[in-house]
Amino acid sequence: MSEILARLDGVSRVYQKGKERVEVLHELNVEIPKGDFIAIMGPSGSGKTTLLNLLGGLDKPTAGTVTVGGAELSSMSNSQLSAWRSTHVGFIFQFYNLLPVLTAHRNVELPLLLTSFSAKERARRAAIALDIVGLADRAKHYPRELSGGQEQRVAIARAIVSDPSLLLCDEPTGDLDRVTADEILRLLQVLNREHGKTIVMVTHDAVAAEFANRTLHCDKGTLEAKEAA
Amino acid sequence: MKYFRLIWKNAWRKKIRTSLTILSVFVAFLLFALLSAIGYAFRGGVDVADAQRLIVIHKVSLINPLPMSYLNRIASVEGVQSVTYASWFGGFYQEPRNQFGQFPVDPQAYVDMYPEFNIPDEQLEAFKRNRTGAIVGQELATTYGWQVGDRIPIQATIWTKADGGRTWEFDLEGIFSSDDPRGSTALLLFQHDYFEETRAFAKGTVGWYILRVASGADPIQVANAIDLQFANSPNETKTSTEAAFAQSFMKQYGNIALIVTMILGAVFFTLLLVSGNTMSQSVRERISELAVLKTLGFSDLSVLGIVLSESILIMLMGGLLGLGLGWVLIQGIAQQMAAFLPGVFLSTTAIAGAVAMMLAAGVLAGIFPALKAMRLSIIDALARA
Repeated sequence: MSEILARLDGVSRVYQKGKERVEVLHELNVEIPKGDFIAIMGPSGSGKTTLLNLLGGLDKPTAGTVTVGGAELSSMSNSQLSAWRSTHVGFIFQFYNLLPVLTAHRNVELPLLLTSFSAKERARRAAIALDIVGLADRAKHYPRELSGGQEQRVAIARAIVSDPSLLLCDEPTGDLDRVTADEILRLLQVLNREHGKTIVMVTHDAVAAEFANRTLHCDKGTLEAKEAA
Repeated sequence: MKYFRLIWKNAWRKKIRTSLTILSVFVAFLLFALLSAIGYAFRGGVDVADAQRLIVIHKVSLINPLPMSYLNRIASVEGVQSVTYASWFGGFYQEPRNQFGQFPVDPQAYVDMYPEFNIPDEQLEAFKRNRTGAIVGQELATTYGWQVGDRIPIQATIWTKADGGRTWEFDLEGIFSSDDPRGSTALLLFQHDYFEETRAFAKGTVGWYILRVASGADPIQVANAIDLQFANSPNETKTSTEAAFAQSFMKQYGNIALIVTMILGAVFFTLLLVSGNTMSQSVRERISELAVLKTLGFSDLSVLGIVLSESILIMLMGGLLGLGLGWVLIQGIAQQMAAFLPGVFLSTTAIAGAVAMMLAAGVLAGIFPALKAMRLSIIDALARA
């Protein structure tokens, strides 16, 4: 049996919208093995992004526990979660979310500012990350000078630069054309297979989900496993 | 320091807006430097006052003269180490705008009373020997290009000569400097004896007395003893410390400190509104970027620090530039104004105060946007993006 990286035990997440109580996740139990590549699909409002936020320590469950890499996130303070995120998890967003005032290299270097690495070591690691995503020659370019696919590659480089074990991707190809999307998905496969990254990817795209090892369907706060085609 | 690039790049996100904000800070601190230096000149006499020197003036006002006969009576008061006198001449050189202090004095006694004034012995001796001799401070000599040996005509506005003339001519016998760089040397000193025999009226009087309190004596007790001695006489006295005398003299021009404070208060209040608005806009525009920073692991305090540092950086850029240009301008102004407003000087206290104000203004302008950034909910901000 493979080692479990992340586990959700009886997790519920309830939001209060005015007087209305909205339960987005209901007593969810999920285990994510180390080195897995999971796609999560489901309709809008089904709780996919909430699940991702809980795994990334951006949100806390109303009930239940979230454990990632042996750390119980639900009991951590905000500052502890910040420190944990900086080393254990990488985030990839639909709209890349690069800082427009920084070059690709400086964007990738950002998470390393939170470490004690020297400037030289930070530069070396950022260069390696850019090389892995095939953008070593775009290091000095600003986000506005890059295509969407290139921006997403820079975002992926930023996500892996501190060598986290878990990558959380929220619609990583949602803003890209099919060809570029497939390139990004193949890159995620490489990171999963060759670099051992555990990846959880939220997507609406069935084609994108095919790049994962397995797909979970999220609906009405519950998850249902379905083997990838 | 590793966040500096991020802070710098964010500060210059909107170049025109940042430049205009820096310009407003620049103008505010330029004004601060100039007003501080001028304010310093106005209270300069107070700052360099010697606590052991007392000034005796007529109780009614400085304008009323005191009898020369008081010299020995003051000297005999217990606790008085030495005493001398001076009078206000109030003339001008060539044009009415060229006004500066001209005092008829007892050369040796006056120089002894002000040991901070340095003059070569041979020049002092020449001054003492020549009844129409005079010595001037270095500031005046520089301003008017005077050299020892020059003949200096001074037009009297008060003291007409016995022959009806108003032009008093002096032979420049020496140039003195001051040990204290803050002390004014925009003075012309000439012989009281010449003044006494040549003036048309008020003979046998002086403007004020200056005395040095003996070591160990209490200046306040000495002052009270002097005033008591002349109480109920036609010429009652008012004795005060040199600092108090300088302050009351400066009050003739109004409360300069209050005026300067009010102007600067208005300027800095406006500055806070301008820079606070800049920082608020800047944070509003990048809510999603700040959320991304937090997602990457930047703590709430780091985000607070980054936004505050940006605000302080803008203040320091504008402020130091303003202070720097102010310092350069003050050098020129001090030269130009040396004769009629000596002691225009940007003190280290003013510089330190300005830097402290830059830091405080940076914090005040940035604190609310920074708190907003710190309290930002990552999920809400990313959802809005």
